[in-house]
Amino acid sequence: MLKRKIILLVVIALSLAGLYLFIHMNFQAMEYLMRTRLEKILAMILCAVSIGVSTVVFQTITHNRILTPSIMGLDSVYMFIQTIVVFLFGSGTFVIMQSDAYFFLTILLMVGFAFGLYQLLFRRGQSNLFLLLLVGLVLGTFFSSLSSFMQMIIDPNEFLLIQDSMFASFTDVNTNLLLISAVIIIVLCIYIFRYRHYFDVMSIGRDHAVNLGVPYEKIVKRMFLVIAVLVAVSTALVGPITFLGLLTANLAREFLQTFRHTYLLIAASLLSVIALLGGQLVVERIFSFSTPISVIINFVGGVYFIYLLVRESKKI
Amino acid sequence: MKLIYLFIITVLLAVCSLFVGVENVSFSALWNMDEEAWNIVMISRLPRMLSIIMAGTSLSICGLIMQQLTQNKFVSPTTAGTMDWARLGILVSLLFFTDASPIWKMCIAAAFALFGTLLFMGILQRLKQKDTIFIPLVGIMLGNVVSSIATFFALKFDLVQNMSSWLQGDFSLIMEGRYELLYISVPLLIIAFLFANMFTVAGMGEDFATNLGLPYKYVVNVGLIIVAIITAVVILTVGVIPFLGLIVPNIVSIYRGDNLKNSIWHTAVLGAAFLLVCDIAGRLIIYPYEISVGLMVGVIGTGIFLYMLLRRNAYA
Amino acid sequence: MIVAEKLSKYFGSKKVIQDVSIEVKRGAITSFIGPNGAGKSTLLSMVSRLLKQDDGIVYLDGKDVHKQKSKDLAKTIAILRQSNVVQMRLTVRELVSFGRFPYSSGRLTDEDEQKVSEAIAYVNLEEMEDNYLNELSGGQKQRAFIAMVLAQDTDYILLDEPLNNLDMKHAVQMMKLLRKLVEDFGKTILLVIHDINFASVYSDRIVAMKDGKIVAEGPTEDIIQSDVLKSIYDLDIDVHNISCNRICVYF
Repeated sequence: MLKRKIILLVVIALSLAGLYLFIHMNFQAMEYLMRTRLEKILAMILCAVSIGVSTVVFQTITHNRILTPSIMGLDSVYMFIQTIVVFLFGSGTFVIMQSDAYFFLTILLMVGFAFGLYQLLFRRGQSNLFLLLLVGLVLGTFFSSLSSFMQMIIDPNEFLLIQDSMFASFTDVNTNLLLISAVIIIVLCIYIFRYRHYFDVMSIGRDHAVNLGVPYEKIVKRMFLVIAVLVAVSTALVGPITFLGLLTANLAREFLQTFRHTYLLIAASLLSVIALLGGQLVVERIFSFSTPISVIINFVGGVYFIYLLVRESKKI
Repeated sequence: MKLIYLFIITVLLAVCSLFVGVENVSFSALWNMDEEAWNIVMISRLPRMLSIIMAGTSLSICGLIMQQLTQNKFVSPTTAGTMDWARLGILVSLLFFTDASPIWKMCIAAAFALFGTLLFMGILQRLKQKDTIFIPLVGIMLGNVVSSIATFFALKFDLVQNMSSWLQGDFSLIMEGRYELLYISVPLLIIAFLFANMFTVAGMGEDFATNLGLPYKYVVNVGLIIVAIITAVVILTVGVIPFLGLIVPNIVSIYRGDNLKNSIWHTAVLGAAFLLVCDIAGRLIIYPYEISVGLMVGVIGTGIFLYMLLRRNAYA
Repeated sequence: MIVAEKLSKYFGSKKVIQDVSIEVKRGAITSFIGPNGAGKSTLLSMVSRLLKQDDGIVYLDGKDVHKQKSKDLAKTIAILRQSNVVQMRLTVRELVSFGRFPYSSGRLTDEDEQKVSEAIAYVNLEEMEDNYLNELSGGQKQRAFIAMVLAQDTDYILLDEPLNNLDMKHAVQMMKLLRKLVEDFGKTILLVIHDINFASVYSDRIVAMKDGKIVAEGPTEDIIQSDVLKSIYDLDIDVHNISCNRICVYF
């Protein structure tokens, strides 16, 4: 039954990808179009997989279905970096933003931020994950107030550059970076996948998991860092999509009705792919909307989040 | 600290605030009835000082009321999403009620803020996890969701830059004719003072309050309406001032305890003093330019809040 | 054998366990009794490595519990704590299957399936095995969790108030089952139990705790005595012999 549902998702994802590749195909420019579209699809898949996988794991280690790794403040750090660069380099920014070095620097700073949080709390013997998240969120607010102050005083034309980076975009992704990100994301996902059975046990609670021989704290800490790297890579590659993971991780749980992470991880990734590809198709081809897909997904994911909260609180 | 000392310090700060600024206003000029000096004071400096005092006092009281009602030290208009709802409300009023007077805009914003706060309270009451840290986490998530919805509309109607100006609390544009809406908070504060005792009792829970013969729902609603209107008014006139409602009541509670009757005056005065300090510092640091008060409070507030979080065991 | 040496635990500045040393014999039921807040559950949690002690060492068969691999430990010692809330949609059989995790790491062999079925049969939940946990009554849920611990098939079984939520019939069945595990398979069982008569009738040894210390310890007959019980509970308790059992009357 579970396998059949997964196959269904694979079929949908593949057909969307095919559709996206060939819709409105101009056969004179076929080679060029294929290339750019394939790159776009690859960027979406990478982003989708890293966000889907990281959110499922994150929800399992926090024992909470209404949280997503984006809330540890990484998005704000990303925006802060973007704003500072625009602030300092003005119109020369675009060249800088496209460079490989900038990509790695962004990842490094985001991971550094997460690692700092980790050091600050876990090393001091604190093991309250919620506390860590709240501290991350508060620091996130700190960075946003710095960013919005700078955004207020910079040139409105340069503000447009920042506004662009506020929303994830899959166009103009650097091919070189795409391949590097692909390697990092695949390696990390394989690493996570090796722990899938541990996650099953961890989802019935810490005490039971420890009793059954799971090195609980160790896995939580390790996963926290892995998740941070995944989110950082995906954000640096395409930009922030805060609520995609929240949407798809929960849909995966609803759809499969299982606790088995083997299936949950795969399904959440596939659903994310479907959401991005499908969303992009609808937005680009049908409505010819100018709204970036990430804004729409944040909107839908956000509304779904409120629905989850309300429903969660109704069934006591 | 005795209330009277606190009060004197606040008055001194208020006087300082009158004389700080790009246009030099000296005490002797005022004494000699220099017309220009008086104009500056009456049109710009005095309104600024008054609005700082009103905003500081009322936001702190808002925080205090929310913390009492939820019995959670980390709940405030910022961490419960009230600010974000109010912002969404303003956006809606700008989009759909373009010609409405400021009073109407405020009403719409307040209605949104009230709805959001009620939603948060409803969710909170029925949430399974009553973890002190978890509740603000949910609130901030909710806030993020709401602001992403706001972004969705803002982007569609090209109001992103406009929106980000409400992100930034700023008194530099305050002058005669642009701040009077803030006076609405004065009667609300008086009501808050009259209800002070009841908020404490209501915070102990519905059963507890009903047992003592308190009309629970009525008291909670009064509290939330006050919070919603004040938040809306402040955002409309000044902008978002993060964390103020969070840290001021917490500082007071460390040395005055949690009985509202004992702490409400201190909270009110300290709130004004804190905001005056932030504003004066913001005006002096990069003189003759100005750092917005939102950033100042954001930076100082983040520090204090993190300290409180990490030292939580010491007093909470 | 479980040996604890000078265990201490603080919660904040409060000392909940003070220098407790104890030896628990193999192949017997040892019950921990005492008033609320005596530190029984905390002691059990520390013995089973769920909670790290602030001072002292716990030896399990001669080896320090905290120095062993968690996975190996899970094959020797199992614990079930008081409150077991699982929010997931799990069937009884899925829950019990978790008990085999230390052996199979998630991929169940035929032998594992066999053990799971046995464990479910022990607690009489065969008919409910495909029901979801949230459809069960409190007692059935409790039995499902106990089945999970049984499926873990460890030499040592630690149960914190296993009779919670069970009606009289199932409580008696549970205690009989535990006795059987000791007699047929030589398991070692540690219980925290509030019903003093269950403790008296079914355990081999009793450890009485009060204010974070052990105040009495010994074979059941020695502890179930009016004067000893009085010192533990500050309550006048008559002990009667009824059909070879020592029954306490304290109403």
